[in-house]
Amino acid sequence: MSLVEAADLDVRFAAGRVHAVRGASVRLEAGRCLALVGESGSGKSALARSLLGLAGPTATVTAAELRVAGEDAREFGPRDWRRVRGRHVGLVSQDALVALDPLRPIGAEITESLLAHRTVPRSRARERVVGLLTRVGVPDPEERARQYVHQLSGGLRQRALIASAIAAEPGILIADEPTTALDAAVQARVLALLAELKEQGTGLLLISHDLAVVEALADEVAVMRHGVIVETGPTDRVLEEPRHAYTKELLAAVPGSRPRTGRGRPPEGEPLLDVTGVVKRFAGRTAVAGVDFTLRPGETLGLVGESGSGKTTLARVVLGMARPDEGTVLLDGEPWSGVPERARRARRHTIQLVPQDPLSAVDPRWPVARVVGEALAATGVPRAERADRTAVLLERVGLTADLLGRRPAALSGGQRQRVAIARALATKPRLLVCDEPVSALDVSVQAQVLDLLRRLQEELGLATLFISHDLAVVREVCDRVMVMKDGVVVESGPVEEVFAGPAHPYTRSLLDAVPRRVRAALEPPNNALPASLS
Amino acid sequence: MRHVGIVAAGAFLVLLLVAALFPGLLAGGDPTATDPVATFLPPDSVHLFGTDQLGRDVFTRVVHGARHSLAIGAAATVGGLLIAVVWGLLAALSGRFGDAVLMRVADALLALPGLLLALLVVLITGKGVVGATLAVAVGIAPGFARVVRAQALVVRRSGYVEAAIGLGVPRPLVVLRHVLPNTFGPLLVLATVTLGVSISTGAALSYLGLGAQPPTPEWGAMLTESQGFLHLAWWAALFPGLLLVLTVIAVTVAGRHAQNRSEGRYAS
Amino acid sequence: MRGALARLVSAALVVWAAATCAFLVLQLIPGDPVYAVVGSDALVSEEQHERIRAEYGLDQPLVVQYLNYVARLATFRFGDSYQLQQPVATVLADQLWPTVQLALAATALAPLLAVLVAVATSGRRNWPRRVAAAVELVVVSTPSFWLGIMLLTIFSFRLGWLPVSETGGVASLVLPTITLALPIAAVLTQVMREGLLAALDQPFAVTARARGVPETAVRYRHALRHSALPALTMAGWFTGTLLGGAVIVENVFARPGIGRVTLQAVGDRDLPVVQGVVALSAVVFVAVSVLVDVLYAVVDPRLRRKTGVQAI
Repeated sequence: MSLVEAADLDVRFAAGRVHAVRGASVRLEAGRCLALVGESGSGKSALARSLLGLAGPTATVTAAELRVAGEDAREFGPRDWRRVRGRHVGLVSQDALVALDPLRPIGAEITESLLAHRTVPRSRARERVVGLLTRVGVPDPEERARQYVHQLSGGLRQRALIASAIAAEPGILIADEPTTALDAAVQARVLALLAELKEQGTGLLLISHDLAVVEALADEVAVMRHGVIVETGPTDRVLEEPRHAYTKELLAAVPGSRPRTGRGRPPEGEPLLDVTGVVKRFAGRTAVAGVDFTLRPGETLGLVGESGSGKTTLARVVLGMARPDEGTVLLDGEPWSGVPERARRARRHTIQLVPQDPLSAVDPRWPVARVVGEALAATGVPRAERADRTAVLLERVGLTADLLGRRPAALSGGQRQRVAIARALATKPRLLVCDEPVSALDVSVQAQVLDLLRRLQEELGLATLFISHDLAVVREVCDRVMVMKDGVVVESGPVEEVFAGPAHPYTRSLLDAVPRRVRAALEPPNNALPASLS
Repeated sequence: MRHVGIVAAGAFLVLLLVAALFPGLLAGGDPTATDPVATFLPPDSVHLFGTDQLGRDVFTRVVHGARHSLAIGAAATVGGLLIAVVWGLLAALSGRFGDAVLMRVADALLALPGLLLALLVVLITGKGVVGATLAVAVGIAPGFARVVRAQALVVRRSGYVEAAIGLGVPRPLVVLRHVLPNTFGPLLVLATVTLGVSISTGAALSYLGLGAQPPTPEWGAMLTESQGFLHLAWWAALFPGLLLVLTVIAVTVAGRHAQNRSEGRYAS
Repeated sequence: MRGALARLVSAALVVWAAATCAFLVLQLIPGDPVYAVVGSDALVSEEQHERIRAEYGLDQPLVVQYLNYVARLATFRFGDSYQLQQPVATVLADQLWPTVQLALAATALAPLLAVLVAVATSGRRNWPRRVAAAVELVVVSTPSFWLGIMLLTIFSFRLGWLPVSETGGVASLVLPTITLALPIAAVLTQVMREGLLAALDQPFAVTARARGVPETAVRYRHALRHSALPALTMAGWFTGTLLGGAVIVENVFARPGIGRVTLQAVGDRDLPVVQGVVALSAVVFVAVSVLVDVLYAVVDPRLRRKTGVQAI
């Protein structure tokens, strides 16, 4: 029996000017998981929210059929929706830190769900809260119930959010990017909890841009694009034999599904970058605790670790933006750290950054031409030549000249990252530091930017320090990899060796956290699972 | 709806500017001419806004008063802004010690009510238009200085300033090209919003007898004069104040409009 | 405990810095302070002149004067008023109560008005918000001295409902309180409504709605508390406006109080009184900031560890 059923559902915003969902049909059943997959702006969240009557005050929802818990929801008034929300359909959204009220203890948040539907008398609410927290695997539930969201770790927070969503025992749970804000290892455990709920009979509507997550949880997949569901089917079928062109494109773009370009062996030659014993402390906290590595011309080194592991601080030291408290950095055999800025300035063009968030890395007042022009001017290109050189650079990063006059705010995320890359290339660098260069981008754009970076590495023989939390991306582009934890490198070596036989337990836990399909791709081809994503 | 408001505010400001620059165009008479037989006349077709206790025409005085009230407010805003920019940028760009000293001074001054600070300045400069202007400027400067410093720090730590340093652009150029303009944009908007407050505070000082002195037709000073005769001639108090309120509203509406536009420009 | 001590030290520092600024500023005053004592037209013999200088410590080097000033400040003795021939502390103490009355009444009225209007106009419909925003714009733009004069004209002179000046009764407090509180309330309302609307847009509000919680409960249980945070950041401004407003309101309504004393002291160049007022308002400001820190921690658990204030 389907608990929620929608047919030919449309969601329009802003008096019909934005058509967010067009003719979508979904069925949600007990104990089954339907995944909505699509890139940002595809309408998947709008569709999910409309099943709760929460598409927003400016939204207009129409449908040929919309049944929630056996009732016709097209006729629902605010009171009817309130009866259904939480009781029949629950919501778990992306980041518990903001999805739970930060000013109230989590126990109060869960109690609110219980009391909204009078599922238990107030006197027994406390006991139920402890029971729910226990059920979602929160240790010391009585103490945790009194704590606030900010006092809990990412995983516990998300569990508390799930507890508040299932408090009134809804038959259907809408999980909107439930693990996106979490580190890989925690992500796996939260996914396991959701799978357990499904086993116990809760129907799930999973919204995700991450196919690995979808594969781990979903029985059925619906792929959305521009508000339209372009393909539906059983998860295995859709992921293995995609029929719609867009699904194929999406799958091809998934990191790990693409051929590796990294080489196993480091190139010959003198090191371009030589980092020895670097230590960096901030107000009593040691961010980087003694790191050594070298980088040769043309080599790509991956730097992997979870947030707070010291990756970005190390990158800033390498870039000469932060002074190490101990240790040295040599660039091209000459001292790079610990020298006055004046001595560094003339050599700064050698090493350039490709940032995580290109929007904040370019002056908001400046058009593209001026952003790139500044970089050319800094390396002494005469004014007369700058326009031509800018055009060449834009072409090289795959942008057209009509963007020259645009300000950063008027560009898409992918375009901005390309502009940032063009600016970095303008100085003819020999070393690129890429700090999570694609993590803010949608998968298909991610793939394009990675392609661009790979091509540039090959054409220009650039050395690259590639920082990422995404193992699949690292595997795709890097020759060697370093794994960082708490400011220390716990493991390093050629990518294939490290990924095939991780020596350090932390590396193993990172790899274990990667869902199966991607992990298959991470392993060397000879013992890979049957070609599921060919 | 919103456009109507902006157009109305704009039109009123234009009218005000005309009154300030060429008051004779709107009211030909002498704002200080007294007429002993025409005191306390209620508004009629001859005296649109009535006459005061000395038989002076309130309309003429209100029109001629625009100049004084606007001048104090505008000069004080500009002055306060200049002090604040030097102060805030010095704090943001000098080392930790300089920053601490400059900001503690700002904190100390912010611990005093703005009006009290203005009164202290008047103590030094003495009563009068110049003193009042300076007083209002000093009154708004510490708050502004904090804003300048905060904004300059945000810009200084921003990705694009780091990128410029990473390109090897010399520091003075980075300050000139990126830090200054990106600090100034938001500040100018804040200044338009503050202009209304400055005009109002300037009038308050005149009302308290510390700014423009009677018989100058400044709006605040006119209110002081009229206050003794409220039971006889409410119009002498109503119109100068009304003009003051309309002016502040118009300036605020224009300022908010500028703010919305500039935020729209930076938004993604 | 350590946090409390640090707070106390920084509070004392702010008062000291403000007083020092005042001292320095007052040194810049042109002219001989002796004339502020005897009146600018008085003829003073050389001998009298010297005696007065000695009496007020004006003959000592600046550093000694400053140290004396700080010492007096630390013991709450501000010296004698030039004009009133009595200790500044006595002058201020006599005038404190009417101002405190006025400030407390306004402090009670302004936030109350702000919460009521903000909650009532943060609903889904647009027109109440538009009307309120227009009214707020007018009120914020109205200088308090004119507001007071107009209220006097209407309610005291025209309608005769309320007394024209201070009578000691509650009735004479009504108009001054409204004059002082209305502009503050208008600003607070704007801040709180923006806070409410921002909070209602947050993911946690969506979560609460998704639990089946009614909209009014989302607003009162969740959003209102969040909107208190931006309102609390206005506390410094609030205090300043209250004290500055007292100067004007007491003048308009001819009420006794600190504001009147301040204005008079400025007019007469009665420096000891001015210094006393500066010190007093710095102390008030610091006391309010400490109170606000506590309130912050009460409202926002995320700040509890940082401020050292425990949950209540």
